[in-house]
Amino acid sequence: MNTALATQIGQLARRSIVRTMRQPAQIVPALVFPLFLLAVNAGGLNQATKLPGFPTDSYLTFALAITFMQGAMFALMNAGTDLANDVETGFLNRLALTPLRGSALLTGMLSGVVVLGFIQAITYLLVGVTAGAHIAAGVGGVLTIFALTFLMTLGFGALGSAAALRTGSGEAVQGLFPLFFVLLFLSSMSLPRNLIQADWFREVATWNPVSYLIEAIRSLLITGWDGEALALGFAVAASLIVVGTVLASLALRTRLVRT
Amino acid sequence: MRTRHRYRSVALAVAWRNLHNVFTNPALLLPSLIFPLFFLVAFAGGLSAISKAPNFHFPSGYTAFQFVFVLLQSAAFGGVFTGFSVAADFEHGFGRRLLLAAPNRSGIVAGYLLAALTRALFSGSVVFAAALIGGMQVDGGGIDLLGLVGLALVVNAAAALWAVGIALRFRSIQAGPFMQIPVFLILFTAPVYVPLDLLSGWIKAVASVNPMTALFEAGRGFISGAPTEVLLAFAAALGLTILFAVWAFRGLRAAEAAG
Repeated sequence: MNTALATQIGQLARRSIVRTMRQPAQIVPALVFPLFLLAVNAGGLNQATKLPGFPTDSYLTFALAITFMQGAMFALMNAGTDLANDVETGFLNRLALTPLRGSALLTGMLSGVVVLGFIQAITYLLVGVTAGAHIAAGVGGVLTIFALTFLMTLGFGALGSAAALRTGSGEAVQGLFPLFFVLLFLSSMSLPRNLIQADWFREVATWNPVSYLIEAIRSLLITGWDGEALALGFAVAASLIVVGTVLASLALRTRLVRT
Repeated sequence: MRTRHRYRSVALAVAWRNLHNVFTNPALLLPSLIFPLFFLVAFAGGLSAISKAPNFHFPSGYTAFQFVFVLLQSAAFGGVFTGFSVAADFEHGFGRRLLLAAPNRSGIVAGYLLAALTRALFSGSVVFAAALIGGMQVDGGGIDLLGLVGLALVVNAAAALWAVGIALRFRSIQAGPFMQIPVFLILFTAPVYVPLDLLSGWIKAVASVNPMTALFEAGRGFISGAPTEVLLAFAAALGLTILFAVWAFRGLRAAEAAG
C-alpha cells in the first residue's frame, strides 16, 4: 500500500470512527436492542431446551449467537445511513474534487462500524457469560467469534454502503431494515433446523445464508469446534464482503463522477 | 344537540381524512399489514415445535396460540401508527390549522381514535384470514370471537390514545420511538411464546405483573373456546384506555397552549 492511499484511508477511518462514537443514537440501540431480545428469548423460549434433540440445556447460550447477527445488521444500517448522509449533504461531491480513491473511501468509511462491531461483540459476550452462557470452544472460540464478527460487520457494512451509494437516501437505507429483519426471523435463529416442524420454514431457513452465520457462532458456543459449521459461516461472511464490495464499487463509479 | 353535532362532524372528518390517507398510500398501509403477517409466519411456522415441550397444553394448536399475540400486537401497533399520523400532521402544519378550524377540538382526538379502530379492524381481518389459510384451528364460538375482537379493539384504543398523547405533546415524528418502544416492551415482556406457567427467570416475574399477560391469556381462552381471566383482561384494558384517554386529552390541551 503506498503512502498516499494509507493517508487517505487513515483520514477517512478517523473521521468515520469519531463520527460513530459521537452518535449515541447509533451505539445505544446497537447494544441494547439485541441484548433485550436475548433476555426476552432466553426466558420465554427456555422450554425449547426440553425438546428431544435440542443441543444444549441453556437457551441463553443457544440464543447468544443471534445477538452477533443483529449487531451486524445494525452495521448495515449505520454504515449506510452515514454514507447516505454524506451523499445528501454534498460531502461526497466535495470528495470527488480531491484525488481520493474509491477503495480508500469504502475502506475508511467502514472503520466506524467495524470498531462499533468489536464493542458490540465484547459487550454481548460479557453480558452473555455473566448471565450464565457457556463458550464450549474456550478462549480460541472467543477469538474466532471476534474474527467472524469482524467479517460479518464488514460484509453487512459494505451492503449498507452499496445501498447508500446507489440510492443516495438515508430513508431508503432505513427501509432495508425490515428486509434484513425478515431474513433473521426466517432463519434457524430460534430453533435448530432439524427441530423446525414446518417443512417450508425449514426449507427457507436452509436456503437463508443468515442461518449459517448464526450456526457458525452457535457451534463455538455449544459444540466446541465444528469444522463444517465454521467453514460455512466464514464462507458466507466472505461472500457477503465480496458481493457488498462489488455492489458498492459499481455504485461508487456513478456516484463519485469526476468532471 | 348542536355541540354534539359539531363534535361528531369534527370526529368524522378527521377520521375520514386519516383513513383516506392511509388507504390510498401503500407506504402507510403496508407496514401495518406486513409486520403482523410476518410475525404470524415466523412464530407460528418457525416455533411450532415449542408446542411439543413438556407441560405445553393448548388444544387449539400453536398457530392459534400465536395468532392471539399477533392480533393484539397488530391492534397495538395500529394505534401507534395512528400516533405517527398525528405527529406528521402537526409537523406539516396541518394539525395547527385543524386546531384553528375545529369548532370542537375534543372531536379531533375522537376522530383519530375512530380511524385507529377502523385500521385495527381491517388489519385484524387480514391477519385472521391469513391464519385461517395457514390452518389455524378455532375452537371458540361466535361469542368468544366477539370477545377476542372486543379485546383487540380496546388494546388498539389504549395504544392509540397513548401514542396520540405523545404526538400532541411533541408534535414531531421524531417522537416516534417514544410511542413505539414502550408498546414493544409491554408486548414482549408478556408470555409471547409459551404460557405464563412455562416461563422462567426474570421474564416470568415481569410477565406476572404485566397487564398484557391477562389480555393474552383471555384472548387465548377465547380462541380455544375456554374463556379465562375475561374480567381481569377487560378491566386491565379498559383501565389503560381511560388512563391514556386522560393523557391524550391533556396532550390536546398542551398542543392548544403551544399555539
